[in-house]
Amino acid sequence: MAEFSDLFYKCFIKEDRYKLLLSGIGVTIKVSLLAIVIGILIGMLIAMCNLSRKRGLRLLGGIYTDVIRGTPSVTQLMIIYFVIFASVQLDKWIIAAIAFGVNSGAYVSEIIRAGILSIDKGQTEAGRSLGLNAFQTMSRIVIPQAVKNIFPALCNEFIVLIKETAIVGYVGLMDIQKAGDFIKSATFIAFMPLIGTAVIYYVLIKILTLVLKQIENRLRRADAH
Amino acid sequence: MIKVNNLHKKFEDLTVLDGIDEHIEQGEVVVVIGPSGSGKSTFLRCLNLLETATEGEIYVDDELITSPKVNVNRVRQKMGMVFQQFNLFPHLTIMDNITLAPVLLKKMTKEQAVKRGQELLERVNLGEKANAYPAQLSGGQKQRVAIARALAMDPEIMLFDEPTSALDPEMVGEVLDVMKDLAKSGMTMVIVTHEMGFAREVASRVLFIDQGVVMESGTPEEVFGNPKNERTKNFLSKVL
Repeated sequence: MAEFSDLFYKCFIKEDRYKLLLSGIGVTIKVSLLAIVIGILIGMLIAMCNLSRKRGLRLLGGIYTDVIRGTPSVTQLMIIYFVIFASVQLDKWIIAAIAFGVNSGAYVSEIIRAGILSIDKGQTEAGRSLGLNAFQTMSRIVIPQAVKNIFPALCNEFIVLIKETAIVGYVGLMDIQKAGDFIKSATFIAFMPLIGTAVIYYVLIKILTLVLKQIENRLRRADAH
Repeated sequence: MIKVNNLHKKFEDLTVLDGIDEHIEQGEVVVVIGPSGSGKSTFLRCLNLLETATEGEIYVDDELITSPKVNVNRVRQKMGMVFQQFNLFPHLTIMDNITLAPVLLKKMTKEQAVKRGQELLERVNLGEKANAYPAQLSGGQKQRVAIARALAMDPEIMLFDEPTSALDPEMVGEVLDVMKDLAKSGMTMVIVTHEMGFAREVASRVLFIDQGVVMESGTPEEVFGNPKNERTKNFLSKVL
């Protein structure tokens, strides 16, 4: 026990190392949040392309999903950081968030597409037969119903995304993972900082899961008339 | 009011409509009967452009609606459609189901639409259900709401695609009663149905469609009482 508290002290208290982890949590959260927003926007756009009647748009959407799914996210992150944004003056964390958003968008688009296709064709026909145009039918009739079906899969994607951000160390950002790694190098102790890192991620995701569960329950309750 | 010339519809290699010529006058109640797969639903769906005709022309009020240049949404506003599966919007209350289109398409203000919606609900005997959701209604009630929803756009023509086929038998009557009232009020109606009793009672004209063509057309007395076509006789002997 004495040994444990000694390790704990060395890794987290000494030289204010916990501050490193705290700022790491901040980085992870802000990269994840912005990436989720970007991912949803790109996802909607690509889903619309994939569901479009225009062949060119479908092709574009298909290529996007195909390329993103077919390459590792570390590679994508590094290409976006070191190649595409090489000469652009932007905060590191914003560029990283864009990279994760671009990646997530491909998966979100598939989730949205499946959600929209899950709504009975009769709903669209009923909307169109009343004289609504395609956009009005989509936005007022199909999407509000699809959201409930999509939500659980979308939550899952958010969680995957947060864990995925543990690779931002590759472009020099100090997130939770990188902070843990830094402490490991500085103290030559592997166990404590790595377990600490895992616990922090676990708690973060647990909190998020609980919040999302609440929202989902509310959606379901609204549905239970 | 509706003029159909040489209407063809093919799905890939399958010919569903094989040359239909039909005039439907204002105030007519045309009941379309025929065996399953004969093309009667497709005919109805072509009329409000849910299906695109492969060949032929459809005029509504002398406007060529099969032209690629036509404003599809405006054409559909003239035609109310009632589906076999009701297709109410489950995420909206009954009142919102009815007022969505008139308000969104700026035909009425929200207040006018709600007032009109309430009148229509009274008319289909569901005045007390305005704030219910579709899932709380029986099949017959849902279909009556669907009729009210279509009427809210003040259509000139009402199309019914097997409106009672998905209903439990004891609920068929209440829907047919609403349709009878509508027919009496002078609404132009095209109805695809298997309810022969209803057809006999309400139709001003009966169309028998088989294999994608109109085999026989006439008053209910003519078609039911004295069918001329062999196929009509054969069909009627099975269903009556």
